[in-house]
Amino acid sequence: MAVTEARPKPIAPEPYRRRVLEWLTTTDHKKIGILYLVNSFSFFVIAGVMALLMRSELAQPGTQFLSARAYNQVFTEHGTLMIFLFIFPTLAGFGNYFVPLQIGALDMAFPRVNALSFWLLPVGGLTIVSGFVAKGGAAAGGWTSFAPLSEQLGTGEDLWIAGLLLVGAASILGAINFIVTILRMRAPGMSMMRMPIFCWSTLATSLLVVLATPVITAGLIMLFADRHLGTTFFSAAKGGSPLYWQHVFWFFGHPEVYMLILAAWGIVSEILPVFSGKPLFGYRGVVLAFLLITALSFSVWAHHMFATGAVELPFFSITTEMISIPTGVLFFIWLATLWKGKLRFEVPMLFALGFVAMFLIGGIDGVWMAAPAMDFAIHDTYWVVAHFHYVLFGGTVFGIMAGIYYWFPKITGRMLSRRLGLWHFWLQLVGFNLTFFPMHMLGLQGMPRRIADYAPDRGWNTMNLLSTIGAFVIGLSMLIFAVNVILTLRKPRTAPADPWSGNTLEWATTSPPPPHNFDRLPVIGSARPVYDARLAGTVAEGDGT
Amino acid sequence: MSTAEMASDERAVRGTSSPVLGMVLFVASEAMFFAAFFAIYAMSYSSQPSWPPKDVTVPSIGVPSVMTGLIVASSFFLQLGVRAIRRGDGRRLSLWLATTLFLGAAFTALQLYGYSQIEFGIREGIYASLFYIMTGVALAHVAGGVVFLLLVLVRSATGHLTMVRHESAEAAAIYWHFVVVVSVALYVAFYLLASVHPKGP
Repeated sequence: MAVTEARPKPIAPEPYRRRVLEWLTTTDHKKIGILYLVNSFSFFVIAGVMALLMRSELAQPGTQFLSARAYNQVFTEHGTLMIFLFIFPTLAGFGNYFVPLQIGALDMAFPRVNALSFWLLPVGGLTIVSGFVAKGGAAAGGWTSFAPLSEQLGTGEDLWIAGLLLVGAASILGAINFIVTILRMRAPGMSMMRMPIFCWSTLATSLLVVLATPVITAGLIMLFADRHLGTTFFSAAKGGSPLYWQHVFWFFGHPEVYMLILAAWGIVSEILPVFSGKPLFGYRGVVLAFLLITALSFSVWAHHMFATGAVELPFFSITTEMISIPTGVLFFIWLATLWKGKLRFEVPMLFALGFVAMFLIGGIDGVWMAAPAMDFAIHDTYWVVAHFHYVLFGGTVFGIMAGIYYWFPKITGRMLSRRLGLWHFWLQLVGFNLTFFPMHMLGLQGMPRRIADYAPDRGWNTMNLLSTIGAFVIGLSMLIFAVNVILTLRKPRTAPADPWSGNTLEWATTSPPPPHNFDRLPVIGSARPVYDARLAGTVAEGDGT
Repeated sequence: MSTAEMASDERAVRGTSSPVLGMVLFVASEAMFFAAFFAIYAMSYSSQPSWPPKDVTVPSIGVPSVMTGLIVASSFFLQLGVRAIRRGDGRRLSLWLATTLFLGAAFTALQLYGYSQIEFGIREGIYASLFYIMTGVALAHVAGGVVFLLLVLVRSATGHLTMVRHESAEAAAIYWHFVVVVSVALYVAFYLLASVHPKGP
């Protein structure tokens, strides 16, 4: 058949060196997707250990083992790595693996560009981390790297800039690839409005990347020029302004947070219908909400700058509040999808439900802060830390874990243990809330973020200790997750093609899929082709071939 | 014919314009990249009492006008080449590509000569910062475009481009037109505006 001939693969097991070379030079979107996931979770471990270091230092007042200098470097690298090297690339990894499968394509539109955009990531990530061995230590200006502080830091800041330039280039190339793939490579019958909702979320994310990431690239070039060529973009001395950096950074930085959550919304919107035994309630509503949020996210950046006193408060407050409308639509759609469904509480479903509950808290936090009066009181306090961890951990990481448990059998051909999965879920849920809920209180009590130490008589001791205990509970849950993955990978490949009775095309092929993805595509006549095929009896339960 | 085979045939037909779409998206991304610099230019313009600032000696408009004229002309010549290959005329494409390349190289040379005539250094405030970084970044894009066109010329001259398959020429043209638009915008921002309509007392 023409499709298989296009990609001849040796059938006999290959020697070890050939296999390594195969992974290093692969342009197969599935292998690249796996590389993305492995790379992302490696950086997750590094950045997670940094989080535990910070929480250990803050468990009680006084300097225990992290100096203020070291602390600044650790929280900067923690944020940078979690955002740019864990969350975003994990979602991109899912996109790489599943977008072509879900639209019935053979591969991405530009397989070699795809390989390039992956390999830039570990290089960029290691460049950022290598600051720790540089003179003067790693970057220490926070992930926001505000001028003029960032103009004065040592070599670590340059490595941070260089690393982010590479990661930015990688994500722009990847995003272009996703958009072209989605617009040009869909199988016959797969109209845009029949496309799985995860593909829509990837499309929206990619649009944001293409239009917002180049802005930070420009900002990083100006920052570098200020530091080494003597330009004065971000220094007030000769006509520049530190506020210019804030504008450039947040013009990228706010769309960035939607880049970090849209695909998680997509994953959850795939999982809830499957485990509710119902179609997604209001598919068109979700698509419209994604597109509205994508558009609106370019008009809200200065809500990060209320406290500068140099931005139009009502405008940015109103646009920010407006984003809660499409986001609210998503919540109602998720709840309506669950309503009167036959709920199956498998591990992916639990994580998806955890996502809905935790992201709701993070979202409501956000609406609060959109009011300038509130923002002035809690700006730069631990409240903000609580808010964005409820969005990025309670939201995206729960969504990522839902995706991992949901798609692990498809990627590896093996089902993760349900028993360990339950332990993982409940410990993560409890640990997460124990870590980050007290930060709301700390913020309201006035504890500033980004401090290495605090006075013992401020009344912050108990909440900080609770938060630290919570962080180690999260650590334990991740350890259980790692054990689950390692034990499962040692088992034989027994997962059926469609273990969850899924709706979308990735469940219409074997687990794992062959190099050419599909031996035979089912007829695509709706947004749920595999469901249709199951009803028509053309695909038996657990048999996708 | 199985569904998968149909799918691959369908893709072969529709897939022809993927490189062009990819280039359009890349140019959109590049446009936002330059927009960030122009935004800072605009904010600086509005916050300064005079623009260009009083201590800046405005470079003469002669050479920049010539080089901008050259690069605008190159855009038209390149498009003539693209229209030729759409008719299947690879020889004429090569000819127009060579012309475009010559004009691109002339632009680069004149820009470098222009730098040698400027009387202010990069360290002398926000105007100088914007001038050197923006023109420098744009010049890098011109240079990138020259390399891109050179690769297309090699493929065209060796007969690899046909009436049906010449996406590289189409994509290179889109990129080059974008670079030309940026060059014109920079000409307005740094030469024309300063000579014709300076701001301030």
